[in-house]
Amino acid sequence: MSYSFFSLAREALRGHVGWRPAWRDAEPQPRYDAVVVGGGGHGLATAYYLASEHGMTSIAVLEKAWIGSGNAGRNTTIIRSNYLLPGNEGFYELSMKLWEGLEQRLNYNTMVSQRGVLNLFHSDAQRDAFARRGNAMRLHGVDAELLDAVQVRARHPYLDFDDARFPIRGGLLQRRGGTARHDAVVWGYARGADARGVDIVQNCEVTGIDVANGRVRGVRTTRGDIAAAKVALACAGNSSRVAALAGLRLPIESHVLQAFVSEGVKPLIDGVITFGAGHFYISQSDKGGLVFGGDIDGYNSYAQRGSLPVVEDVMQSGMAVLPMLGRLRVLRQWGGIMDMSMDGSPIIDASPVAGLYVNAGWCYGGFKATPASGWCFAHLIARDAPHPVAAAYRLDRFARGALLDERGAGAQPNLH
Amino acid sequence: MTRLRSGGLIDRDTHLRFSFDGRGYTGHPGDTLASALLANGVRLFGRSFKYHRPRGVLSAGPEEPNALVELRNGARREPNIPATVTELFDGLEASSQNRFPSLRFDLMAANALLSPLFPAGFYYKTFMWPASWWERVYEPLIRRAAGLGRAAAMPDPDGYEHAHLFCDVLVIGAGPAGLAAALAAGRSGARVVLCDADTRLGGTLLAEPDEVDGQPGAVWAQSVERMLRDCAEVRILTRTTVFGAYDHGTYAALERVADHKPHPAPGEPRQRVWRIVAKRVVLGAGAVERLVAFPGNDRPGVMLAGAVRCYLARYAVAPGGSVVVLSGGAEGWRTVAALARHGVPVAAVIDRRGEVPEPDAALARRIGARLFAGGRIAATRGSTGLHEVIVRDATGGTIPVAADLLAVAGGHNPQVQLACHLGGRPVWDEDRAAFLPPATLPPGMTVAGAAAGRYGLAECLRDGATLGSGAAAAAGFPNAPSPVPRAAGDAEAATSIWLMPGRKSFVDLQHDVTTDDIALAHREGFRAVEHMKRYTTHGMATDQGKSGGVLGMAMMATLTGRTMADTGTTLHRPPYTPVAIGALAGAHRGRHFRPIRRTPGHDWAAEQGASFIESGPWLRAQWFARAGETDWLQSVSREVLAVRSGVGVSDVSTLGKIELVGPDAGALLDFVYTNTMSTLPVGRVRYGIMLREDGFVLDDGTAARLEADRWVVTTTTANAPRVLAHMEFAHQVLRPSLRVAFVSVTDRWAQYAVAGPHARDVIAALLGVVHDVSDAAFPYMACGTFGDLRLFRISFSGELAYEVAAPARDGDALIRRIVQAGSAQGIVPYGLEALSVLRVEKGHPAGGELNGQTTARDLGLGRMLSQRKDFIGRALARRPALLDPMRPTLVGLVPVDKRTRLRAGAHLLPRGAPPRIEHDQGWITSVAFSPTLSHWIALGLLANGPARHGEVVRAYDPVRSGDAEVQVVAPCFIDPDGGRLRG
Amino acid sequence: MRIPCPHCGERASEEFSYLGAADPVRPAADASAAEWHDYVYLRDNPAGVMREFWHHVHGCRRWLVVARDVRTHAISAAVDAGA
Ligand SMILES: Cc1cc2nc3c(=O)[nH]c(=O)nc-3n(C[C@H](O)[C@H](O)[C@H](O)COP(=O)(O)OP(=O)(O)OC[C@H]3O[C@@H](n4cnc5c(N)ncnc54)[C@H](O)[C@@H]3O)c2cc1C
Ligand SMILES: [Zn+2]
Repeated sequence: MSYSFFSLAREALRGHVGWRPAWRDAEPQPRYDAVVVGGGGHGLATAYYLASEHGMTSIAVLEKAWIGSGNAGRNTTIIRSNYLLPGNEGFYELSMKLWEGLEQRLNYNTMVSQRGVLNLFHSDAQRDAFARRGNAMRLHGVDAELLDAVQVRARHPYLDFDDARFPIRGGLLQRRGGTARHDAVVWGYARGADARGVDIVQNCEVTGIDVANGRVRGVRTTRGDIAAAKVALACAGNSSRVAALAGLRLPIESHVLQAFVSEGVKPLIDGVITFGAGHFYISQSDKGGLVFGGDIDGYNSYAQRGSLPVVEDVMQSGMAVLPMLGRLRVLRQWGGIMDMSMDGSPIIDASPVAGLYVNAGWCYGGFKATPASGWCFAHLIARDAPHPVAAAYRLDRFARGALLDERGAGAQPNLH
Repeated sequence: MTRLRSGGLIDRDTHLRFSFDGRGYTGHPGDTLASALLANGVRLFGRSFKYHRPRGVLSAGPEEPNALVELRNGARREPNIPATVTELFDGLEASSQNRFPSLRFDLMAANALLSPLFPAGFYYKTFMWPASWWERVYEPLIRRAAGLGRAAAMPDPDGYEHAHLFCDVLVIGAGPAGLAAALAAGRSGARVVLCDADTRLGGTLLAEPDEVDGQPGAVWAQSVERMLRDCAEVRILTRTTVFGAYDHGTYAALERVADHKPHPAPGEPRQRVWRIVAKRVVLGAGAVERLVAFPGNDRPGVMLAGAVRCYLARYAVAPGGSVVVLSGGAEGWRTVAALARHGVPVAAVIDRRGEVPEPDAALARRIGARLFAGGRIAATRGSTGLHEVIVRDATGGTIPVAADLLAVAGGHNPQVQLACHLGGRPVWDEDRAAFLPPATLPPGMTVAGAAAGRYGLAECLRDGATLGSGAAAAAGFPNAPSPVPRAAGDAEAATSIWLMPGRKSFVDLQHDVTTDDIALAHREGFRAVEHMKRYTTHGMATDQGKSGGVLGMAMMATLTGRTMADTGTTLHRPPYTPVAIGALAGAHRGRHFRPIRRTPGHDWAAEQGASFIESGPWLRAQWFARAGETDWLQSVSREVLAVRSGVGVSDVSTLGKIELVGPDAGALLDFVYTNTMSTLPVGRVRYGIMLREDGFVLDDGTAARLEADRWVVTTTTANAPRVLAHMEFAHQVLRPSLRVAFVSVTDRWAQYAVAGPHARDVIAALLGVVHDVSDAAFPYMACGTFGDLRLFRISFSGELAYEVAAPARDGDALIRRIVQAGSAQGIVPYGLEALSVLRVEKGHPAGGELNGQTTARDLGLGRMLSQRKDFIGRALARRPALLDPMRPTLVGLVPVDKRTRLRAGAHLLPRGAPPRIEHDQGWITSVAFSPTLSHWIALGLLANGPARHGEVVRAYDPVRSGDAEVQVVAPCFIDPDGGRLRG
Repeated sequence: MRIPCPHCGERASEEFSYLGAADPVRPAADASAAEWHDYVYLRDNPAGVMREFWHHVHGCRRWLVVARDVRTHAISAAVDAGA
């Protein structure tokens, strides 16, 4: 049923008894044309676009727990298209364009809020690196502005301009950047996919991938075997484990990233702000909580929780830019398992096993990619050819030397 | 609703003045803000989040969802503070939140009329059209409405600190179980840390009449405290909440050092975060009372039964004048007895059980309370506070009972959070109708007493004593079994009361989530507890659902027909109670965010009027302005020209220095540098680059062979730590058989560059005639030791140059000696900016080029990759895409119009090409105004650059409105054949 | 986390830096491009016990090989990488 103010008002009059499940909790069928493994944002968006753009309907999304239980429901919800490298920027800008029409398209309010993303810089060298990035964005036709300290202060007077160890010298602003409500993205895509006939199967863990003669046949799951000619992996932090079921090794390590939310307060901070002399980014959610995070913990982990030193480090960075945060209280901290790739950029590609496709390596930045990731992955699965804007995300780029290393950190995932 | 005439753990002789919403009141030491306001007859504390319903005090602890206030003023304002745990102090100022214009007449309460439009998740279904209205109209409305209190929006004036503790046994909670555990462990001689969030030890003993070892509970707690203070190895931390369990026995605790004062004393932190590393842990965090869902369960005057007892006994406050008690068993009747004991009239007791035991019924008769066996609550009435409870009796009839207090005894939630922070899931126990600690506890932890679902006092004491001595023994302190404190009263069968749904039956009071919302979540498919939680926001407020959380799960279990065990619960994550960001950050804020490194020559530079700039952790002299200079470029240009025409001196101590000793040092250097170092003669220096194993440039620097077996290599300032770690890896892991040892000596040596045509004269004067520094004796790329000094003839500027190093303690003296030695030549100090101009003029790669994305070939250094040996990065540097000539490669750039300023970060496009990404061919990496050439110059990386010298390209810099034509030239602007270096 | 350094004793994890899997062996200088690619880029990334490099940067500055279950963070061994 369509969502609108009118349907809400109609239901209000009759005690909201008319609402139906946003998506069916489907039973797995023995066979599908394609199964998508992983009911995060990427898996669900992929299924949605397979159905809506490529006319495929015999599709299942298999999720080992509940949809959105992975990083899709744990991230700090920042969306932006302010990348440096050509192989990335076009892709993230496609994603931004899809975000901009997502709510109307899905008929679901995902709360895409384009209140701006401001990356602060603290040295001349950082300014020049941001200028390089901003100029690259402009060459892509993407909005980017380089602000000086005075302009930053006018926008965010509460930042530490007077007593900072690393004074704020300016920032790179993307006004179209912002945040979106992460759970709503999951639910909106699930509802859209479900309405187009996709089966969303929860509590269904893929425990095996059947391969014969170099071609995928289907998957084994905790809810029985499922045959499929196409199997698409969108397992984020668990990518290596699932790919290993088909004998693949990936250029990926799994690391924890923590995030934090404060108690809810009346409007305090507008847009997203990132600190340039430490790891810290923050925004205020529509519920009033400050949502923030920092660097990954720095070691391999499949435990969805973080360590105390990183908590302290994030808070120190927070206080370094926003000394007014001191008395606000952290309500919850949590961790997600990041699929950290070897150059910090993602992979959307066919694998050496025919019919098996890999979508992974999103690091700490795959939420913003959700629409484009689904869009391009669906294209790849349906047509067996990479989508042009995701053409740089091939698995062989490491062997060729065509890396997408935005930070120049090298083949060490915990530095990206 | 007044102060009882006697009793309570308050100091009646002392009066504390405080204000709430601008009105003055008094209370006593020992009061909380909540107890003092209740004693003054206040019961309306705030307005709810969504519907702005009036709210009062529900609890007497940190689980409080309703009585949240803004505490203090100005920069110290803190929102959402539970009045129930705010210690009263003289001068305390608090105000209510989320109301307009006043708490009593809140216009926003109109929201309640529209509440049918705002069910759970309503915002996902609307506000979508027109798209542009979200940021402009809808979202600002939602944001203004959301969030309860207001943050200070000013820098926090108070300080915080961090401290560490290591112990054998950490006891969390000083209720009966924790006290017994601490005592047993403490007597064994183990190092024990006992933490409790409260101001004094005792936990529930402070609120109950029970006796332990023949003494009133609170008195017994004091005697235990004395005994513990006598144990040398026991440390007691009150006002300290253990808020997180982390890996390997690490716990984090927050001590509220000065929150009970108007402000911290000078030098005193407001709060302190303890990091406690414990071998064993006894968790005795107790249990929190559970809310019961019934229509109107949010009205001020509805209070948890245990909280009622606590206000009576501990604070000597009668929270009501006419009470209805909702009971499910002994807990409720204990409350009835407490009310009777304190002379508070009980109008009625509703016992969910159909059969009420005779002693209870007799108590009701004795005090004249009506008894409704098998009854329930149909509704509550009252505008800003309860004045009537509508009881539905066992026959279905509704009876109004006048009351201003409704005490609800719904059972308990064991406080298992800390047992779950490492990922364990609480286990549902049907008998106790509660979630108990997980099967897999954090290593070393045991759970005692009510936190483990063992509620009886005797049981708690027994539990604590056993687990306390067990923990000590496991940590290596076996002890004689100590006597278990004695008390009456053991486990009582608890009848849980859950749900009596109906309109406005709240399961989350702070977020205004009702049973209807849970039903809606169910209807719409949000049935997994996490989906339900996220969709309705149940349990996500500051109280984290401590009291009401389980109700949502119970409601969902009922709707789905699943058991509680199958329904499960959400995960517990730190912090146990909210913790201030400032406290977690500790002292690292403002200028103290990170330590500052200063070179030995810092003071000298300051005396010379240097402007300093952050360079990573270092402060470096940027330039040395002279009188009359008005602009940095003037100063920098003067410094550059001085070096080019006379002589200058610059502090280069921040460059990384690694000293290697051993016969295989050369072999190790051959392995980490792309070029061969081992062939270097003693007394010579060689430039080198290091790659990462992936073939990209890691760093550049020099290697100097001081003696046959002694080398010193330099790194860039920025990469010094990484290069050292890289070399240690290369040695310890990849080449462990090499006989070499090395260590960073960056801080051990002060080093200065003396550069310019007159540099030799300065060095000669510095070293004196005994040392021959003529070109023949000490040529370009020579090195040597002269007394305490090390001398390197290396040049970053392209001039005749030396670097002189002295042990750090002599660094200040050395720079003064150099300046003195150079006085005849008019030596000029130059800073980081001039250094950078000089190197750009000379075309040396630095930060802008060594950005981790460039290969040696990109930098024009491809010939430095030895073909004859293995070195780190060799194999992967040969990948096809890295050999592509279209990769951006180092070039020099000069503006076609010489007046044009160039800026690093501008992109390079073919001349005349439209600014689109397909024409992007590179970017400017570094720029400088060359006073030597009198115009701006730049280094850049340009596709196929070396083949394009002479071509004019477009330097496009839209973010700074720059767009210039530049000519591609060789990346060296002065003295291309290096005559000056060798001069 | 607390890491038991064989030289310094148990220390807080922030004294250490991390490099990842210790199992891949650096190929011989003349190994194929594919072997080098696998060494530098491919990882088992197991959900279980992993042997990994930690560097005691704020201690003895030795590289260690630590066996750690990356699901629970339980450490079963820590030895000097050169041992
Ligand atoms: C703390 C944190 C903050 C972040 N902040 C941001 C941010 O601000 N901006 C941003 O752009 N990105 C951010 N990210 C990254 C972003 O969340 C992820 O990159 C993105 O969500 C990954 O894609 P996904 O949504 O499909 O992943 P997930 O939601 O993790 O989906 C993968 C799914 O696969 C399922 N699965 C795994 N194995 C199996 C199996 N064998 N069988 C069946 N199902 C399986 C998992 O249960 C999971 O639901 C953040 C991440 C974290 C953890
Ligand atoms: Zn060590």
